Amino acid sequence: MFTLRNFSGFFSDTLRLMTKGGRLYYAWVGFLLLLIAIGAGAYIGQLKDGLIVTKMRDQVSWGFYIGNFTFLVGVAAAAIMLVIPAYIYDWEPIKEITILGEMLAISALVMCLGFVMVDIGRPDRFWHIIPLVGRLNWPQSMLAWDVIVLNLYLLLNWFVVTYLLFCAYTERHYVKKLVLPLVLLSIPMAVSIHTVTAYLYNGLAARPFWNSAILAPRFLASAFCSGPAILLILLQVLRKTTKLTIKDEAIFKVAELMAYTMGFNLFLTAAEAFKELYSGTEHMVYFQYLLFGLKGHTTLVPYAWASILCGLVAFILFLVPRTRTNWVTLNIGCVLIYASVYIEKGMGLIIPGLTPDVLGDIYVYRPSFTEIAVAAGIFAIGFLVFTLMLKAAVPMMLGEFTITKGRTPVEAPPQEI
Amino acid sequence: MRLPTLSTLVAGLLILLGPAVFADPPAAKPHPETTTEGPGAPEGIQVPKPPFSEGIFPCTSCHDGKSMKPNLKRRELTDMHTDIALHHGPASRWCLDCHDANNRDSLHLASGEKVPFTASYLLCGQCHGDKLRDWRVGVHGKRTGSWNGPKQYLLCVNCHNPHTPRFQALKPMPAPTPPEQIQTRKGGAR
Amino acid sequence: MTDHKPECPIGGCEPPATIGGTRREFLGAATAAMATALTGCGTLSKEEFLQHNFRELSKQEVLDVIARLEKEYQAKYGKEVKVANTPPIPGVIFGYALDLSRCIGCRRCVHACVKENNQSRDPEIQWIRVLQMDKEEGVNVQHADAYYNPKEVPEEGHFYMPVQCQQCKKPPCTKVCPVGATWRDKDGIVVVDYNWCIGCRYCMAACPYGARHFNWGEPHLPADEVNPKTHYLGNRPRPKGVVEKCTFCIQRTRNGQYPACVEICPTGSRKFGNLLDKDSEIRYVLENKRVFKFKEDLNTQPNFFYFYGV
Repeated sequence: MFTLRNFSGFFSDTLRLMTKGGRLYYAWVGFLLLLIAIGAGAYIGQLKDGLIVTKMRDQVSWGFYIGNFTFLVGVAAAAIMLVIPAYIYDWEPIKEITILGEMLAISALVMCLGFVMVDIGRPDRFWHIIPLVGRLNWPQSMLAWDVIVLNLYLLLNWFVVTYLLFCAYTERHYVKKLVLPLVLLSIPMAVSIHTVTAYLYNGLAARPFWNSAILAPRFLASAFCSGPAILLILLQVLRKTTKLTIKDEAIFKVAELMAYTMGFNLFLTAAEAFKELYSGTEHMVYFQYLLFGLKGHTTLVPYAWASILCGLVAFILFLVPRTRTNWVTLNIGCVLIYASVYIEKGMGLIIPGLTPDVLGDIYVYRPSFTEIAVAAGIFAIGFLVFTLMLKAAVPMMLGEFTITKGRTPVEAPPQEI
Repeated sequence: MRLPTLSTLVAGLLILLGPAVFADPPAAKPHPETTTEGPGAPEGIQVPKPPFSEGIFPCTSCHDGKSMKPNLKRRELTDMHTDIALHHGPASRWCLDCHDANNRDSLHLASGEKVPFTASYLLCGQCHGDKLRDWRVGVHGKRTGSWNGPKQYLLCVNCHNPHTPRFQALKPMPAPTPPEQIQTRKGGAR
Repeated sequence: MTDHKPECPIGGCEPPATIGGTRREFLGAATAAMATALTGCGTLSKEEFLQHNFRELSKQEVLDVIARLEKEYQAKYGKEVKVANTPPIPGVIFGYALDLSRCIGCRRCVHACVKENNQSRDPEIQWIRVLQMDKEEGVNVQHADAYYNPKEVPEEGHFYMPVQCQQCKKPPCTKVCPVGATWRDKDGIVVVDYNWCIGCRYCMAACPYGARHFNWGEPHLPADEVNPKTHYLGNRPRPKGVVEKCTFCIQRTRNGQYPACVEICPTGSRKFGNLLDKDSEIRYVLENKRVFKFKEDLNTQPNFFYFYGV
């Protein structure tokens, strides 16, 4: 009874927190809403004319949308980079901010769902994929597995975040027996979402570029070294703009863990490159197209090398303690690794997997304006979800906004009550 | 190839294709042999009419054995049939190797045995035995009809001009549109 | 919404009840609008939206679906289009053989298929793709050219290999479909339920033969070129946003006819029949000619064989 009444209060108060803020907040939200409007406009054009407004065609039937989807699944999985040191190693400095990682995961998953929705040819038939209501081809289809694990992970994260914030709001201690197992469960679940997404590609014998045994490990390594990069930047921003205390050592610890995963990621990439280029079978053509160009088509080559270079530099910056603990080089490293993995997941995974196509045809895919606009809109939705969640969560986490206190505009300077 | 012969060839093909598209659903298992069309066809395989040039058949309207006597000398023809270019086998081959000297309405095998034009496949099959064997079971050449019912054969000469049997090169139909050129239809999708 | 009134802080707060009311109305209208909007046009009927997977429909539901489709086609093309639901013939598994020594690359099969199967003319869809390859290289897709356009074919030094759906016994495409919109029917034909496909294109990524094609835009089929004899799982005109492919002319072959490509081939390179009939042409080819399967190492076990007749 008490819980139900309080929950509705929690819900409406959360909404109030989200809709009130300072000038900077409104400007940021306004900008995101503008991007969403642009994306929506572009999407309406896509609904009218069909996916032909993208530049995907039979030869390259997946492109920008699915590339972003794949990258964002990795970002969602990377939230556990905070969970592992916090809960497995019981490291208090990170424990307080684990919730931020989970909120990032939720935003990333919302974007994943968005990208899937805009990519399918018949969004009105989305219900076909719901188990029991539609017909889910589980366990045969890897996409069916992906639907299940992604939604379960989203549900898990959403539940944990809501529960923790609700406890903070009602000034009660969260029940450790409930939260700890769930949070620990999120570790194998995070691994599962990215593994299943990797298996999606891996299981296709028709695409030798994807049909390699280390694809799933590569996915996980690249996810864990890039996802937390966003978090690191975010934590620094939050430290400056809110009263959240985030210890330096927490940030540096995450950066250190990222360094090791970066090294592993580079090793796996090298292993893949060696196998293809040294054995020199016909399957080499995909790597050739990516790294050196094929039959005069060299569109991807500068991006591929940029990705590798950025990854290498980021690795060194993160590995060397001096550059890791220097804020300038750390942030440069974050941007570099984010760019490196973003390029790798989109242009470095989807396109070379499909080019040349199964009958040897080379179609050079570049996203159309519609695709970029829609993707920008979806990214804006994700950023908006994250912003709104943060806007409500931070005051609750700080204990400033609860059932008994607060209820004042959160952005108010300290002298106001 | 001569134009009249070519048009007859094409016409023959078209006539066969047309009805084949609307073939009736079949009832029983396939059996290639049905009633004969011409006299003396030993196997009784039903085939379409031989694709003669217009007005050329029956040959005995000119080669009646009276006004013209058969000239068995191997030579290049200069008075008539100069339109026929013979490129079939070695240079020593000539007309009466296949056409019967005494009955021009007939062909003859190596043994001298006569075969009608409606069973010319037997003549072709003397040298091209493997093709004849495959043709009989429907695996050589074009076949129309039903996969589980009656089918139609074509004569060898319906596709291969016996004088220049090499299969004609054709103009290819349009290539597929490259993906770069596939876009929203002008004037909207509706 | 809440029956316990919190203290309103300085600055006021909105009464929650108003928020709840307007929010509820908005959500209801939004869902309804969304479903219609997602189709990209305002003409999605309730029956079409709710139609289930073809394999789960009862006999009567199938008849209703067919009646609805025939009415739609009549309205769209102004002529009577029949949609059949011919089941597979018992004791039949279709096999196909293509003679690579005889194909001259004339592409008459490609265009006969387009006409027979009501494919979109613009944007263009073709279910058969003819690859020109070098005789010296042999079957090697990295040296293949689908866009050849000389004055005459065959060109010196080249041979031609048409590729279409191989109707595999172990299809990688049916395995990956998340909604079970495509399956292998009893006579070996891999079919697609165009009214269930969500257009995710996973099957297209999975197919090693490039056999599947997507309706990227609204298919354009001139009314006078519509083939009115159609099959639900075959050549009936498809909507936008779904996958399609060769079905061995299911509307013809389940009635005993040859596929259109077999009939049109001027060199007799295409052979078709029942693999379970020991007297069939296809069995003769398999038993007497040297056949190979395209990309055999992928173990898709196609029912489509290539051979060299000469």
